[in-house]
Amino acid sequence: MREVAIVAFAQTDHRRSTDDLSEVEMVMPVLHGVLAQTGLKASDIDFTCSGSSDYLAGRAFSFTMTLDGVGAWPPISESHVEMDGAWALYEAWVKLLTGEADTALVYSYGKSSPGVVRDVLTRQLDPYYVAPLWPDSVALAALQAQALIDAGDTGEPALAEIAARSRGAAADNPHAQLRGARPQGGYVVQPLRTGDCPPVGDGAAAVVLAAGDRARELCGRPAWIRGMDHRIEAHSLGVRDLTDSPSARLAAERAGAFERPVDTAELHAPFSSQEVVLRKALDLGDDVRVNPSGGALAANPVMAAGLIRLGEAAARIHRGESDRALAHATSGPCLQQNLVAVLEGEAQ
Amino acid sequence: MSRQGAAGPRGAAGPQGAAGSRSAAHKEPVAVVGIGQTHHVAARHDVSIAGLVREAARRALDDAQLTWSDIDAVVIGKAPDFFEGVMMPELYLADALGAVGKPMMRVHTAGSVGGSTALVASNLVAARVHRTVLTLAFEKQSESNAMWGLSLPVPFQQPLLAGAGGFFAPHVRAYMRRAGAPDTVGSLVAYKDRRNALKNPYAHLHEKDITLEKVQASPMLWDPIRYSETCPSSDGACAMVLTDRAGAARSPQPPAWVHGGAMRSEPTLFAGKDFVSPQAGKDCAADVYRQAGITDPRREIDAVEMYVPFSWYEPMWLENLGFAAEGEGWKLTESGVTELDGDLPVNPSGGVLSTNPIGASGMIRFAEAALQVRGQAGEHQVDGARKALGHAYGGGSQFFSMWLVGSEPPTG
Repeated sequence: MREVAIVAFAQTDHRRSTDDLSEVEMVMPVLHGVLAQTGLKASDIDFTCSGSSDYLAGRAFSFTMTLDGVGAWPPISESHVEMDGAWALYEAWVKLLTGEADTALVYSYGKSSPGVVRDVLTRQLDPYYVAPLWPDSVALAALQAQALIDAGDTGEPALAEIAARSRGAAADNPHAQLRGARPQGGYVVQPLRTGDCPPVGDGAAAVVLAAGDRARELCGRPAWIRGMDHRIEAHSLGVRDLTDSPSARLAAERAGAFERPVDTAELHAPFSSQEVVLRKALDLGDDVRVNPSGGALAANPVMAAGLIRLGEAAARIHRGESDRALAHATSGPCLQQNLVAVLEGEAQ
Repeated sequence: MSRQGAAGPRGAAGPQGAAGSRSAAHKEPVAVVGIGQTHHVAARHDVSIAGLVREAARRALDDAQLTWSDIDAVVIGKAPDFFEGVMMPELYLADALGAVGKPMMRVHTAGSVGGSTALVASNLVAARVHRTVLTLAFEKQSESNAMWGLSLPVPFQQPLLAGAGGFFAPHVRAYMRRAGAPDTVGSLVAYKDRRNALKNPYAHLHEKDITLEKVQASPMLWDPIRYSETCPSSDGACAMVLTDRAGAARSPQPPAWVHGGAMRSEPTLFAGKDFVSPQAGKDCAADVYRQAGITDPRREIDAVEMYVPFSWYEPMWLENLGFAAEGEGWKLTESGVTELDGDLPVNPSGGVLSTNPIGASGMIRFAEAALQVRGQAGEHQVDGARKALGHAYGGGSQFFSMWLVGSEPPTG
């Protein structure tokens, strides 16, 4: 398999509201940021892929406007997934594996502030039997959290520790929306408290991928993608064991995550309880540094939060703070769909 | 495995883009071994969205004589989620498409999405990430209203002027002026495509009593586009099974081989944009022809499935795709070259003008091209078709995806 690496990563400062910015204005700094890190111009990039959601933007073909920010002239080889940007990165990775491209620009963005994201996400449920009932994302996560508590896998104090650890770690992350000690607060939907839930916010992220020697030219210590896989489960919550994530486990296995231990894991767990599920499914011991960025509990820009996990893991490898990291992204209610990538830096 | 010495000259950022200069010596050949589509109609009240997509997928699997367990991954595409009112419907569709426990991806590149989706699936095989992939695209327009789904007002941005026809009509008029085309050409295309659709049992419009006079007498909607020169709103889905060389060897039916595939995008609105013949379309076609070793598309390609939602786009795309010199496309149409029995049949299936489940329309073009080179297009088969082009475009003519398929495996 061709060697492909993440060679640059940039993200916005994630904020509760970005009324002062259009999506193009929000995305452009991160595009310029990753290109500046590599010295590449838009016209040097062989393939571009983005992830976003029309339902967040409130209009059809919303990604066409942000494409204008890329500077797609002369015309570029380009594609888009209506998914978290982590899957845009996956599509770009496959494109590089074919040998048709040596470099790729991947970006994603989401603005939750113009709407009510809890309501918006209900529209991704089964449209005939479930969506008409408007069960929101926090309520569904609470079902999962209660199932975990009932199974003896966790308890409210343990969830509070996850929340506190995440936001504590985010104190060192200038881009995070919620940083430092925060009260766990009252119940939003029992057993989940304010602290167990992600902040609602707007943000964008971008990475540059490169293959082989091109990656070595562009980055002092590339974060090599040793494997990447994603898997989906049944949609209906009634046919799934919500205390487990077989799709995350299978994706990790296929990505090679279990071949050797990782030192770092960036998990896309918007709710504290989901970290419990993922730690078990991914077999992460206490010696693994989980979410040193603060994770999705510190900043969860929908459609970008998964790509940010890949970017954060890669950036730690770039900086020499990790040698082998696992990065994870999720989509759908209660961890329905999961992507796992294994990133490695060469010996220092 | 790293690629050795195969790259073209670096930084040659000509209009085709740097990727156009690359070769890919290690790519796995990709074969289409299963094709399925639904019967397309205005409203499929008898099935849910899940029922609709499953119908097309089952037909593709049956065609390939494979089962759900033979599929390694699913790549699904459709046009905007607002067309059905379901956000990221692939999540809900995972069960219906046998994707549980497998990778599933959702592509969205506006009207070109059906083609782009097939190309993303094709790359999974070409890169040897997966061996056999199910790809599917759909639209169930009856669940909502596409025209208004496209017309949601956004502050400080140009509205789409009540649907796609209002956006494209001025560009058709620009073409007519530029090419000096007589105003009768559009109706010839519509008349041809609707007659071709009569030979295609899956086509939405079966206008048995169609005449040229009826097309010409139909009401003017967006001058110069008449009612009978526009596409219908359809419910429908299209699916294909793509596989590697070993999978093709086991195929019970002749495979169609992918000889080239490409996507190109350009900005929506900018001063230098040529809406009549966008550069991205030209570059995309040039890249596909380069990959497929086509130097004279007019002679070497036997059938074209072209994305023609408004009749005048046939002569416009004939020029954009290199089948005719600038200003000459309408002459090919007028002289009958693009008829089913002409020497460059365009849209033997009846095309988008006869069937338009928007998100699936591009994949239907790709699939119909593959049917032609497999010799399995039934009554609308082009005799002896060995190379066929599938073409899709989207947005304000800024997204393009195309593939060229052949009856023989690619050489080299």
